[in-house]
Amino acid sequence: MSVPHVLLALLAEGPKYGLQLREEFEAGTGEVWPLNVGQVYKTLGRLERDGLAESDDAGPDGPQKRFRITPRGEEALAAWLRTPPDLTSPPRDELVMKVLVAARLPGTDAHEVIQAHRLYLVELMQQWTRLKEGEARDDLGLALVVDAELFRLDAVTRWLDAADTRLRRAAAAPPAPATAAVPAAVPRLRRLGARR
Amino acid sequence: MSGPGPGRDGAGEGASAADNVLQLRGVSKTYGQEPARVHALGWVDLSVQAGEMVAVMGPSGSGKSTLLTIAGSLEEPTSGDVLVCGMALAGMPPGRKARLRRRVIGYVFQDFNLLPGLTAVENAALPLELDGVAVPKARAAALAALEALGVADRADWFPDQLSGGERQRVAIARAVVGDRRLLLADEPSGALDSVNAEEVMRLLHEACARGVAAVVVTHDAQLAAWADRVVFLRDGRISGQTARPPGPESLLMPREIR
Repeated sequence: MSVPHVLLALLAEGPKYGLQLREEFEAGTGEVWPLNVGQVYKTLGRLERDGLAESDDAGPDGPQKRFRITPRGEEALAAWLRTPPDLTSPPRDELVMKVLVAARLPGTDAHEVIQAHRLYLVELMQQWTRLKEGEARDDLGLALVVDAELFRLDAVTRWLDAADTRLRRAAAAPPAPATAAVPAAVPRLRRLGARR
Repeated sequence: MSGPGPGRDGAGEGASAADNVLQLRGVSKTYGQEPARVHALGWVDLSVQAGEMVAVMGPSGSGKSTLLTIAGSLEEPTSGDVLVCGMALAGMPPGRKARLRRRVIGYVFQDFNLLPGLTAVENAALPLELDGVAVPKARAAALAALEALGVADRADWFPDQLSGGERQRVAIARAVVGDRRLLLADEPSGALDSVNAEEVMRLLHEACARGVAAVVVTHDAQLAAWADRVVFLRDGRISGQTARPPGPESLLMPREIR
């Protein structure tokens, strides 16, 4: 999440006050990402310091201060929009770790572990879908945010399905012990530069 | 893990049996003879109430489609009972069973299955006409169903003049036309793109809000998430089901962002 750039985008529409920015930020993202007012002013202070935004006067930060975007801010915003987020190295995913561990922990049924997580994910997807059915019908920002969340959760359930099938096949035709999941997988991930 | 939360109001269980449009009790289905016998379903218990939408998920070969054809009385279970609107299908005379199938149960298929030589309204009226309802009355009911699905203006169009999304709306209209109580759908959003697929699920869910009970088989979690309850099948057995989820408000609790 890049709060500074979203604030810059709101300022690109015209000069605005801090409180107004907070309201518009929350409304524009379907109120899924609440933002506290202190964070708004802190971010605006940083944008001003970096020359990406400027305010009416040099007085203390507060509700009276109106901000606008600078030409440098506009350039920074355009560049940010077109810069892909870093997706090159796989995040160290807790769920992936749990399934890797379940697959080799004696006395653990990995399929049962997978099913427990699948159930939870689908329940979560049902909740997001209720939101889509209700409020998100008339709120484009919220609909986009809800879609993004549903696709993300959907990807995780698909991975669980694939893991389930893969483990089942492996159990039917056990591979050589040398390919046990964790020892092989972890160093390889590290080589890729796992982050977080 | 989320257990049964305070929002759970016992869909499918705890409700009086009279509300159950569909009940499967200890239903099993096997094909073939030993030693090549295949167990498609093993002891499945499932109840679906009026107004409830249940999605059935599972890998291919898990028994999803078998469950649907048994629920729709198109196939008989090897053992166990199937009750539709409280009536046991076992031992029902074939004529009566066929009538029940025509009057109470609606089907939605992946590939829509509309008859190409009939218009949208004729397609939607067909189940009623087959049941002996007079043509003008059947047509009026079909128009009402098309209206509810937002395709009344396509009533006199032929299937090949309709978009995929419109075709599926007509197919849903045909499935709910008249006073159908049970809607059975097998991958109803078929090859539609995700926005149109979502629209199909929205319409099915709206049909349930009007009192229909639905069982929707799908392998797609995003579509299953439209259901009030999601049942997971594995090797012919129910391996889990979702609790009725709490409302979406719980998703909007303030969270830290950076």
